[in-house]
Amino acid sequence: MDAVLGQLYAGISLGSVLLLIALGLVLTFGQMGVINMAHGEFLMAGAYTAFVVQQVFDSAGLSLLIALPLSFLVGGLLGVLLEVTLISRLYSRPLDTLLVTWGVSLVLQQLARDLFGAPAVEVRAPRWLQGNVEVFGTPFTTGRLFIVALAVTSVAVLSAVLRFTALGRRIRAVVQSRGLAETSGIDSRRTDRISFFIGSGLAGMAGVALTLIASTQPYMGQTYIVDAFLVVVAGGVGQVRGAVLAAFGLGVLQAVFAYSQSVSTAKVLLLLVVIAFLQLRPQGLFSVRTRSLV
Amino acid sequence: MPTLRPPTFALPLTLAALMIGTSACGSRVGEETAASGESASCLDTSGDTVKIGLLNSMSGTMSISETTVRRSLELAVEEINAAGGVLDKQLEVVTEDGASEPTVFAERATKLIQSDCVAAVFGGWTSSSRKAMLPVFEDNDALLFYPVQYEGLEASDNIFYTGATTNQQIIPALDFLKDELGARSLFLVGSDYVFPRTANAIIKAYAEEHGIEIVGEDYEPLGSVEGIPTIVNRVQSSGADAVFNTLNGDSNVSFFTQYANVGLAADTMPVLSVSIAEEEVPGVGVEELAGQYTAWNYYQTVESAENEKFVAAFKAAYGDDAVTSDPMEAAYTSLYLWKGMVEAAESFAVGDVQDAADGVSFDAPEGSVTVNGDNHHIAKTALIGQINPAGLIDTVWSSGEPIEPDPCLEDYAWAESIEKDQTYC
Repeated sequence: MDAVLGQLYAGISLGSVLLLIALGLVLTFGQMGVINMAHGEFLMAGAYTAFVVQQVFDSAGLSLLIALPLSFLVGGLLGVLLEVTLISRLYSRPLDTLLVTWGVSLVLQQLARDLFGAPAVEVRAPRWLQGNVEVFGTPFTTGRLFIVALAVTSVAVLSAVLRFTALGRRIRAVVQSRGLAETSGIDSRRTDRISFFIGSGLAGMAGVALTLIASTQPYMGQTYIVDAFLVVVAGGVGQVRGAVLAAFGLGVLQAVFAYSQSVSTAKVLLLLVVIAFLQLRPQGLFSVRTRSLV
Repeated sequence: MPTLRPPTFALPLTLAALMIGTSACGSRVGEETAASGESASCLDTSGDTVKIGLLNSMSGTMSISETTVRRSLELAVEEINAAGGVLDKQLEVVTEDGASEPTVFAERATKLIQSDCVAAVFGGWTSSSRKAMLPVFEDNDALLFYPVQYEGLEASDNIFYTGATTNQQIIPALDFLKDELGARSLFLVGSDYVFPRTANAIIKAYAEEHGIEIVGEDYEPLGSVEGIPTIVNRVQSSGADAVFNTLNGDSNVSFFTQYANVGLAADTMPVLSVSIAEEEVPGVGVEELAGQYTAWNYYQTVESAENEKFVAAFKAAYGDDAVTSDPMEAAYTSLYLWKGMVEAAESFAVGDVQDAADGVSFDAPEGSVTVNGDNHHIAKTALIGQINPAGLIDTVWSSGEPIEPDPCLEDYAWAESIEKDQTYC
């Protein structure tokens, strides 16, 4: 029993990590059609923000609370900088965007190496995020619980913004029909920029969360970028609810395969499942219904 | 502009996956490099200097570790030159970047041997980089000094292995777990590549012989962290007496964080690691690691006059925060051993150096080490360490005297069942 519960928790915890990383991509990749290979490096920038904040404020708890919004800002501003200088010139050329952002990601990695050194740096977790709470005799680590909570909160806030605010309406309008949105007086370039800010900011925040469970080093973004794209594609491009389902689905599947087979085989099985699924449903779990004929 | 549909992304995504794939691994072993087999060395010893090559990864994922090895090699060169050089010739260093890519190692090694005409090359870290360079050094009849502990079962005439082989690290570690900690059951955790797989094959053969139960064995893909909670769940429910850890790099951070967070600790279920040294400790987390064990042949805390000098020189050159570790010390030692061999041979020629190698010894920071002329490994003292709250490692057990290298495990009857490379063993 406790093994089942333990594995379920492992799956949900992996799912929420994937979700936090993929959420930003839902906006930039899903809604704007930009394949941003530097998304992982925004994550890394967020994690290093947490490291720097911790050097300034000695308290791990206080610095975590400061780092979360600050990393959102750092990730977001990096994203806007990238959008303004490079991506905005390449909107109709997805392949070129891919190559350009790949190059940017290499530059950012080297920058982090020059600034902070190649070895991993230590970001201490606050006391209250070390250890675990026991549920039916199974230890639930508090650090990962915090990540689950952060992921759920982020999804709720993002969905609310998209659904209920004027900004959210503008973003959805641009996604569904850019031309029609523009004729209604929406500044689509400005909307793009804001989407990119939010998407990249979410990556920065995810980076802070990752410092609780993984190492903070210049290459950390590379570990997650492919899985994050996997979540977005499997969930249905541009769909928040799709990303939620896909992230938790993939997380739990991975945990089940890992426990019943081995960790290495789990990854192979997982990718096979995704390939088979996309054969049956190439548009992913959910898709936007439009009248476009394409 | 039309709304982009999912199929549009298929090609770019595939490309993206490919790019990440190629950056993360390299499997082709330098076929292109082994072609021209000039055996006559172009080494020029007529002047006041002699060239040596330093080949380490200064970029890519391995640069974290290999940069520190490069630094200790450069430190040794400086010291040797300040003391008058080798056979009255100053060392002239030619540096190359292996870029964490086995094919690049093979290619740069060829360049160092054939174009730069170096007397010897020092470097390499991963087993795949060594395996890629091996045919290059054999075909060109050149010399490589490899400074990292590895999985053994290899002994090329053209390589000197100055790190530990398995009977100087893994087997003493198992003895320690069995005799000192009284472990009767072990859980094996490792990264999924050649070193952990080979090490675990040896551990399983040892366990069978000594009545130790292996209650679990799990591998995490190199550089990945996704399976760590599952592995820790398994370890926790296995009830093992101890964990033998051959995880490499960043997976250790997630492993030890999760290990501590679910309530496992060094005093109830100790973890013995063979790939965590002083420079990795801060990145993994001092708090999570304190009390856990490591197996190496050198720690910064080793008490000897030679080590005091080494640590002081290193800190003077690279700052007070710089730490010294086993591979760094083995690299530093490798340059002095080569110097010793050249001086014993009174020649820089590869054949003469090989002939003079047997018995060359050096008072290294780790203690006295001696070259074994048959298998080109060196006799080293095994040290089990415990990580202290300051992030350094204290010796808690020592083999007392240098252990003769036995890369093919010929002296261990129980090791007969292990599959060995017929070329060397």
